[in-house]
Amino acid sequence: MPINYYIFLSIALFCIGIAGVLTRRNAIIIFMCIELMLNAVNLLLVAFSKMHYRVAAEAGNLSTTAGSDGQLFVFFIMVVAAAEVSVGLAIIVMMYRNIHSVDVNFLNRLKH
Amino acid sequence: MGKRRKRKTNNQSRPDSYRDRGNQEMNITQILFWLLSVMALFGDMMVITSKNPVYSVLWLILTFFAISGHYILLNAQFLAIVNIIVYAGAIMVLFLFVIMLMNLNKNTEPQKHRWVKFAGAIAGGCLLLVLVAALRNTEVKGQSALLNAGNIGLIQNLGKELFSTYVVPFEISSILFLSAMVGAVVIGRKE
Repeated sequence: MPINYYIFLSIALFCIGIAGVLTRRNAIIIFMCIELMLNAVNLLLVAFSKMHYRVAAEAGNLSTTAGSDGQLFVFFIMVVAAAEVSVGLAIIVMMYRNIHSVDVNFLNRLKH
Repeated sequence: MGKRRKRKTNNQSRPDSYRDRGNQEMNITQILFWLLSVMALFGDMMVITSKNPVYSVLWLILTFFAISGHYILLNAQFLAIVNIIVYAGAIMVLFLFVIMLMNLNKNTEPQKHRWVKFAGAIAGGCLLLVLVAALRNTEVKGQSALLNAGNIGLIQNLGKELFSTYVVPFEISSILFLSAMVGAVVIGRKE
């Protein structure tokens, strides 16, 4: 499958995530849109990893492990995302406990 | 193992025909690619347009399953399984629990003004336009991603790589998890 298709699919997923962050006010939905953007990046990393593997395999090196770095980066992104979600949801729960809402507009009190 | 190697040598012997065939005939892999892409994009759109946050979470789970399907098509089986277990399993259940704990529904959902929403959608669309226009004519060295073949995505290879080259980041990530756990407990505690 041409790599350009994967690039455009990832761009579309990423931009939908950006639009979600800009159009919603619920903190949890904004957080979910960030997860969605991370997943778009993950998909593109895996596609590029398979592309590099293909280049190395077509050069004649059949037992190559070229491209496995990309998949390990995706693994580490998932690890960091899991840690990020646990802390982020704790912050959102604390915010809900204090102001009884998940509306991010109330967070402009941080300014004053 | 022997079967897989045979399939790979088949791909080796006809890389040009494999590449040039393009969209002329739709084989099952291409049909699955388009189906999963449409599923992912539709799920995404529903995530950001659903009024009820619980529906948003459910659509996001559908999107994660579509992306896992893409990983399986790319023969990245380990990542597909981890994506389902960690994202669709653990993280989304956490989101769902928090939403149900706060009793959020359609009526409590804060809404932005219509024009602000419109501006956000336009901004996202502009970014899409700029990125697509910038990358439309890119020439990439490999040209295409290898589907259905190649064993770098199997757990055997990734495990070898993870515990030899990347063993230090792997151990550091366990410290990250420990600090995240402590942080979540400290933040969530009632003072």
